[in-house]
Amino acid sequence: MKLIKIWCLFLLMGIAYEAGAQDTTDIMNLLENEMTSTKDMTFYTTATFKTTRLVNGHSVENVAKGVLDVKISHRFGNLNEGFYELFGLDKATMRMGFDYGITRYLMVGVGRSTYQKTYDAFFKLKILRQSKGKRKMPITLSYVPTIAYRSLKWEDPTIKNYATSRLFYTHQLIIGRKFSEGTSLQLMPTFIHQNLVTAATDPNDFFAIGIGGRQKLSKRISINAEYYYQLKDYKLPGTQNSLSIGFDIETGGHVFQLHFTNSIGMNERTFIADTKGRWDKGDILFGFNISRVFTIGKNH
Amino acid sequence: MKTFLLIFAASFLLTFSASAQNFITKNGKISFFSKTDVENIDAVNNQAVSVINSQNGTVNFSLLVNGFLFKKALMQEHFNENYMESGKYPKATFKGTIADMTKVDFKKDGSYNVTITGDLFMHNVTNKITVPATIQVKGNTLSANTTFKVKLDDYKIAVPKVVENNISKTIELKVDCNYEAR
Repeated sequence: MKLIKIWCLFLLMGIAYEAGAQDTTDIMNLLENEMTSTKDMTFYTTATFKTTRLVNGHSVENVAKGVLDVKISHRFGNLNEGFYELFGLDKATMRMGFDYGITRYLMVGVGRSTYQKTYDAFFKLKILRQSKGKRKMPITLSYVPTIAYRSLKWEDPTIKNYATSRLFYTHQLIIGRKFSEGTSLQLMPTFIHQNLVTAATDPNDFFAIGIGGRQKLSKRISINAEYYYQLKDYKLPGTQNSLSIGFDIETGGHVFQLHFTNSIGMNERTFIADTKGRWDKGDILFGFNISRVFTIGKNH
Repeated sequence: MKTFLLIFAASFLLTFSASAQNFITKNGKISFFSKTDVENIDAVNNQAVSVINSQNGTVNFSLLVNGFLFKKALMQEHFNENYMESGKYPKATFKGTIADMTKVDFKKDGSYNVTITGDLFMHNVTNKITVPATIQVKGNTLSANTTFKVKLDDYKIAVPKVVENNISKTIELKVDCNYEAR
């Protein structure tokens, strides 16, 4: 009996000793594991691109909730116009745009382009967000419908014209993935509908598949490229595929995008379905987008 | 003999369990401030884990850098992308000890001013720091507070020329943690 009691005591002492010997660092490791345990936390990928546009088209990125992004974009004339036009710098078309983040996954925007005096409005909805941890998702998926209104004077005011003839609709899906800290790619299947076309043989519906990406050159500079391939039977005769190459330069609250492109328009319908310039002929335009963000609403 | 053994064992057990105490928090609050004429920047992380060992005076902290919340979303993005590079260096830690352990009686309620020294690790750089701190003991709980400054240069955090005036070269860090005994 006595022996058993002593044995029990020693056993208890043993347990107590073990608990006491547990090193702080062990507990720290335990806690850290708990903290970083990918089982109950989801880590969403951020900053797949520096801003909401790649060059002309949308990137998979949204502006944050409560943030207003003012975008001023310019496209100059063709480089092949030579010195007389200062390689296109004497001419400029511009788009003024205002994008706002309503929630973390929904942004809206409006804009006005001088090219064909076009107004546009869109929203961008994040359907899937790339993430790791508890919820794993390899891609980010966004849906961007755009409506554009061309307010040029009627070509023939003597006939009955309809306001709906001025409208263009674009539906775009963006499938993007940040492969590494510096490399991101995205695919952009796009459908465009035009209410009124010039010739009876012209299609009203256009299909294009875009591919774009960025590679960071430094923390604040990246090189971007964007290409929209138009499907053969769903394009206007004489139009080219849009190809743009540019740089993103980030300085505090600004992002400067400098680029070369063969497209003059800055809304989806004009640069995807109505690009006439050819890179091989030197119909290349220099352009830039300036983005400045203002925090208006609350972030959290 | 039997009674003696029992008392001996019991007292041994008691002293041991009482002295081997860890005070733990999983939602420690760590914030920082940068004040310049151009703008003030502040952010807070409410998910720091920390352990204070009342037996040997070790103090440990660990947090995920991307857990800092800013008022401006873009600042948060730049903080992670450009300055702290939290993708590459996700964690910041502190491993130190209370230099003047004799000042603190963890069994007695009260406020104790102490000095903590140790290694602060962030952005892949480790520096030795010594900071004054206040430890408050209240029953089974403990709270620790400190405010100290770190230089961005010491941690190889580069600020580009264009925003030089927006970000202070010295950042004030504030620690506010409430611990429970475990």
